Amino acid sequence: MSKKILAVDDSKTMRDMVSFTLKGAGYDVLVADDGVNALSALVGENVDLIITDVNMPNMNGIELVQKLRGDPRFRATPILILTTESDDGIKQQGRAAGATGWIVKPFVPEKLLKIVGKVCA
Amino acid sequence: MLPAAHDDPFAQFKATFFEECSELLADMEQNLADLESGDYENETLHAIFRAVHSIKAGAGAFSFLRLVNFSHKFEFLLDELREGHLSVAPNLVETLFRASDVLSDLIGFAQNGEVADDAYGQDALDQIENFLTGEDGAGAGEPASSGQASAQASVKVSGRAAFQPVTEPKATSAAPDTATAENDTKHFRIEFTPREAMYRHANEPLLIIRELKGLGRTETTIDTSRLPSLQAMEPEDAYFSWVFDLWTTYDREEIDEVFEFVVDDCDLTIVTLDDEDQVVAVDVSPGHEEDDDGFGFFVEEGAIKEGTVTAVPAATPATTLATTLATTLATTLAATPAVPAATRPDASPVAPAADAAAMAAPIPTRRTTDGLKVASIRVEVDRVDRLVNMVGELVITQSMLAQEVQNDESKSGGRVATGMDELSMHIRELQENVMSIRMQPVKSVFSRMPRIVRDVSKKLDKKVRLVTVGEDTEVDKTVIEELADPLTHMIRNSLDHGLETPEERLAAGKSEEGTIHLSAEHRGGRIIIEIIDDGRGINREKVLSLAKEKGVVAEDAELSDNEIDNLIFAPGFSTADEVTDLSGRGVGMDVVRRNIQSLGGRVSVQSFPGRGTRFQLTLPLTLAVLDGMIVGVADQKYVIPINAIIETVRPPAKDVEQMVGGGNVIRIRGEYIHVLPVASIFGLKGGITDPSKGLVILVETEGGRTVGLLVDALAGQQQVVIKSLETNYKAVEGVASATILGNGSVCLILDIDGLSKMKVQHDTDKSSRGSGNKNEKDIGTKVAAE
Repeated sequence: MSKKILAVDDSKTMRDMVSFTLKGAGYDVLVADDGVNALSALVGENVDLIITDVNMPNMNGIELVQKLRGDPRFRATPILILTTESDDGIKQQGRAAGATGWIVKPFVPEKLLKIVGKVCA
Repeated sequence: MLPAAHDDPFAQFKATFFEECSELLADMEQNLADLESGDYENETLHAIFRAVHSIKAGAGAFSFLRLVNFSHKFEFLLDELREGHLSVAPNLVETLFRASDVLSDLIGFAQNGEVADDAYGQDALDQIENFLTGEDGAGAGEPASSGQASAQASVKVSGRAAFQPVTEPKATSAAPDTATAENDTKHFRIEFTPREAMYRHANEPLLIIRELKGLGRTETTIDTSRLPSLQAMEPEDAYFSWVFDLWTTYDREEIDEVFEFVVDDCDLTIVTLDDEDQVVAVDVSPGHEEDDDGFGFFVEEGAIKEGTVTAVPAATPATTLATTLATTLATTLAATPAVPAATRPDASPVAPAADAAAMAAPIPTRRTTDGLKVASIRVEVDRVDRLVNMVGELVITQSMLAQEVQNDESKSGGRVATGMDELSMHIRELQENVMSIRMQPVKSVFSRMPRIVRDVSKKLDKKVRLVTVGEDTEVDKTVIEELADPLTHMIRNSLDHGLETPEERLAAGKSEEGTIHLSAEHRGGRIIIEIIDDGRGINREKVLSLAKEKGVVAEDAELSDNEIDNLIFAPGFSTADEVTDLSGRGVGMDVVRRNIQSLGGRVSVQSFPGRGTRFQLTLPLTLAVLDGMIVGVADQKYVIPINAIIETVRPPAKDVEQMVGGGNVIRIRGEYIHVLPVASIFGLKGGITDPSKGLVILVETEGGRTVGLLVDALAGQQQVVIKSLETNYKAVEGVASATILGNGSVCLILDIDGLSKMKVQHDTDKSSRGSGNKNEKDIGTKVAAE
């Protein structure tokens, strides 16, 4: 069974690009446009990896990571944060919240897939 | 694996990006207006930041470098603002407005594939820079006088500004060609001891080991000495250490990248060994903050034990067998106890949905101003249009069936008839619901107005307050799109011509600040938009004299006040003493009227001298259906849009008069009205041509004139689904579009202005050739046949 990944980003462009790349590589992809909707999407759903943007309305990516790490179901689920090169502070915040790693925007498909492969076999 | 992965794999998402940009810009306008009015929350600042951030990220993906660089700078300013390092001062808001304009233009350039001038937007960048360096006293906490503070700020800014914009996407380093790399194999020794924190971040040693093995030949030793007895074992603790000997052609950076996410959560030592088994380099430099891929990496100084390994004997052949065995063991073991059992997703039962719900409960959900939750999906307009179209067909089929059932007496009153009634009720509901998908609040147009009021009033040196009401009133998307221009024009007109300067207002005993009310509401299946200002009203004397001067009305014309007011919609009319670049140029209000009429709407004005002016727009809620009056002409049926109809009269013979060039006029309440005999204009035989024997329907033309359509009879009022004639057949003069009636026949919707023009042509032809217009004969039959 193919691995299932939840991609969270408030930008449709970004969601589409992540989703397209992952689907092209055979992953199942779920999407959500903010932290709140990501949590709703995870109700009754297990995923192998979560990729989330940081700057989002309602619940940002950092809060989402904290919530997920506080839930026994997602304590060991890898979570990657999507960030821009200049956001070193964000990476630190992400890690402090419990993120597994990060993906730098903009990315090329190969890079995204490589990082995904790194944390989710 | 990926289609065309190497040649702009994301090109297909550009359209989405630009669509998203325009939505973000529209929201940003609104948020900036709120910011300026002082009516904002912290979230407003965050929302503006997010918009620019999203634009930057998307722009990066498509390598729109100008856009990336500009939004980066803009974003930084916004970040300072939302963090509270700068305060929302008027001049800062001014800069934000300017920057959002530049951003919008740069997006436009990117979309059209144009290249912006190098200097373009530099003024905005300079302004931003001024705020960031604190040179603009109002915004920064500290005045710029302190040289040191200023210098620090600049350093900080330039640190950010030094951010390298995306360049051409690099060839991925995922699998570099070994042949291109240095051919000599290097020998690295890596000591890797995970700490418990690694599991908390959901990093998996097995995957790291696998990735490392992918780089070359490895020999692995596992140290299990710290593993306690089973009873004493904490499932969430880390007990293993590994030593890898790696022979690879890859560079050190590739190895660093393997440990990228865990370098903070483990003890890691990487050393390079040469053939003589000597350590040649212990590279622990923390200088890898950014590697070549712009791909970050935390280096905690203590994490890499600098110099702890000074000379390490290489694995000797005698130990090879042991290490190989250990490798296998390591890989197997790593999979099991390393991951805390309790936290493995497959080991724990799926938590009940209620848990997740509880987890989500305290989170604020997205709410509208009314406090209602909004959940929405994005659908292409095309799909909705197809749906609307199909429902239209369904409505036609249903009314056809209904007619059949009605005609068949054996079935009326029976179960078929009851079923038909229910069906028609459901279909009507379906139609209403489908139509409502296309409905959008007028907010998207109204939200642009504060900006216009702001800019224009500034230019004119007037003080103006804009009050908007009913922004949530919904109307068809097409109507909304077409509404922006006329509305902008009318608002500008009110600002320019309606409202007085503060001095004039004070002199007139009014408050210094003028007010423009912009409101929308539903009334009788139409949307009414009003623009009311409390300015000076229309100067009727001036309007009338100008109209006479320009020949818009006859020299001796006697016009009512209302008629004079409405002269401002006459083509080529302008009362501005000087043509301004705002609403002047004399192409204003007549264009507004034409635009509104092309949407099936009407516009009127009411003026109260000295007190103000009210413009009223009435528009249909949708362009897909219209309320039509079905009329009979000879053996044909036509539809007249109800919104154009003023009244229907049956003129007595004494009120009908012949005109010299042919044709009739009728006298109604002392006014003469031209009659357009539909039958003879279309060349239909057997139609009524004497107005006193038929019905005259008074309708309003686009020019605001009233004309009478002469028809044989009224056949009833009905909502009709509009079908484009151009798409299905071809444009026909005098006909706006078509519809299909219940009996399946095609019925044409009359274009009143077109008919007017044909009438003139018809009269000319008749006087010169004495025959009807053969070209237009039997249009209805012809179209039906197609």
